[in-house]
Amino acid sequence: MRNEPAVEVVGLVKRYGAKTAVNGLDLSVARGTLTAVLGPNGAGKTTTIETCEGYRRPDAGTVRVLGLDPVADSAALRPRVGVMLQSGGVYPGARAEEMLRHTASLHAHPVDVDALVERLGLAACGRTAYRRLSGGQQQRLSLAMAVVGRPELVFLDEPTAGLDPQARHATWDLVRELRADGVTVVLTTHHMDEAEQLADDVAIVDGGKVIAQGSPERLCKGGAENTLRFGGRPGLDLGSLLKALPAQSAAVELTPGTYRVSGEVDPQLLATVTSWCAQNGVMPDRISVERHTLEDVFLELTGKELRA
Amino acid sequence: MSATGTFTPHPGAAPLPRMIRAQAALETRMLLRNGEQLLLTVIIPALLLVLFSAVDIVDTGSGKSVDFVAPGVLALAVMSTAFTGQAIATGFERRYGVLKRLGASPLPRWALMTAKTCSVLVTEVLQVVLVTVIAFALGWSPHGNPLAVLLLLVLGTAAFSGLGLLMAGTLKAEATLAAANLVFLLLLVGGGVIVPLEKFPGAARSVLELLPISALSDGLRDVLQHGAGMPWGDLGILAVWAVLGLGAAARWFRWE
Repeated sequence: MRNEPAVEVVGLVKRYGAKTAVNGLDLSVARGTLTAVLGPNGAGKTTTIETCEGYRRPDAGTVRVLGLDPVADSAALRPRVGVMLQSGGVYPGARAEEMLRHTASLHAHPVDVDALVERLGLAACGRTAYRRLSGGQQQRLSLAMAVVGRPELVFLDEPTAGLDPQARHATWDLVRELRADGVTVVLTTHHMDEAEQLADDVAIVDGGKVIAQGSPERLCKGGAENTLRFGGRPGLDLGSLLKALPAQSAAVELTPGTYRVSGEVDPQLLATVTSWCAQNGVMPDRISVERHTLEDVFLELTGKELRA
Repeated sequence: MSATGTFTPHPGAAPLPRMIRAQAALETRMLLRNGEQLLLTVIIPALLLVLFSAVDIVDTGSGKSVDFVAPGVLALAVMSTAFTGQAIATGFERRYGVLKRLGASPLPRWALMTAKTCSVLVTEVLQVVLVTVIAFALGWSPHGNPLAVLLLLVLGTAAFSGLGLLMAGTLKAEATLAAANLVFLLLLVGGGVIVPLEKFPGAARSVLELLPISALSDGLRDVLQHGAGMPWGDLGILAVWAVLGLGAAARWFRWE
């Protein structure tokens, strides 16, 4: 049982009237991993997540969460799954700490509320009514409510939307700790850096489908080649370097004294280049690896034009 | 999983009675903390009771005014909490995603509704105590069978809860706010709360008598003012409203 995926979505279709929000989406999330569902607004991220949470019934396709049906087995799943909605979910008049304590009281073995409040920087506003909290404080409370019950799996819908950099990093730290403690995390985001920083696995969603899925490294490698640049004496003979490099690599002197090696840039390639430099008595200067970011891949896949 | 971290999974729902108790306590705190709700559930009934008992604004027939007004205000108290207050609060909980979020918590929906009912009943107990104390201070001398009174209050609560939840679960929050207040006002005037139904023309009266507020205030008055036995007719009307209202709410209530 431990080997079956935490979330398995196959051929999911969800329509709202004439509009197809999700159009044959497949997604598999391995247990204990952190998966980022990345996509532009309106790509179908929230609909997919909310179907996994049991809020919507698929029009077609199957969804299994922890091996169960999110709608039919809702009672069994709810204690095991933590949910952070994109917004709202709290009584406007409830105080932050009161609401968190209440959510904890619905669970059998909750996390220590005081520690969690401290950790997410909610101590100062613990007695403030939800409607008077800042957007960032509301987000953090919502995150705390999703994790307080010590779930096996959490769905976080845009957990860092509207957060300032400090709060964003506090959220990232918490999400990393969840993963380290063995919680399976599925989060949606449209921040590439967030996906790149946090995720074991990224699913890029566009037009209601997953158009690419893999580790950030693999996705970044999938696009155009990466490059390595370094400076040295002008006029080096690159022939012997090319012999040492893997077959698909290339090396050129861009401008006198500036060299570029392109190909699959991995630690081995870097080592080959530096040892070649050592053999030739070259001190490589300003050596840098230019990796494609997830943003490049994302824009390459989803197009650069603004969405309506 | 070797080491135990803060978040190492250990899921589980709390025992049901604990969840319901916690939810009912939270709902009651939300209600008592809300100024507009307090105006509706405490201040308006208390003011009407004092005003209409002390000053002869409406001809309430023979006997002390308070003996006529107190049962009507008890009925109003039930309506204000079970119908108006519950409809508005639940409507906004739906709008703000509170019901949606609770739907993902271990608390089952029926348990949430049970907790809401508990919170309504707790509020009503506070209201009844307040109204009773004020009415006694104004010289109220109630008669009748306490069991009949209890039965009327419970059936009235069921009838008004059903209608309130039906409204909250089908209309937009703002529409619920407006409609629930309007209905409150109309039923206050046309439901025999402070204006005797005898003041209305015959045709209107026979329709008004079928309203849940009329059945509740009339039943309470029969027992408390006139010392009647079980007011079966009024109990019957309330039971029909309860079945229709709760049934329709169960059928059409939308959680999001």
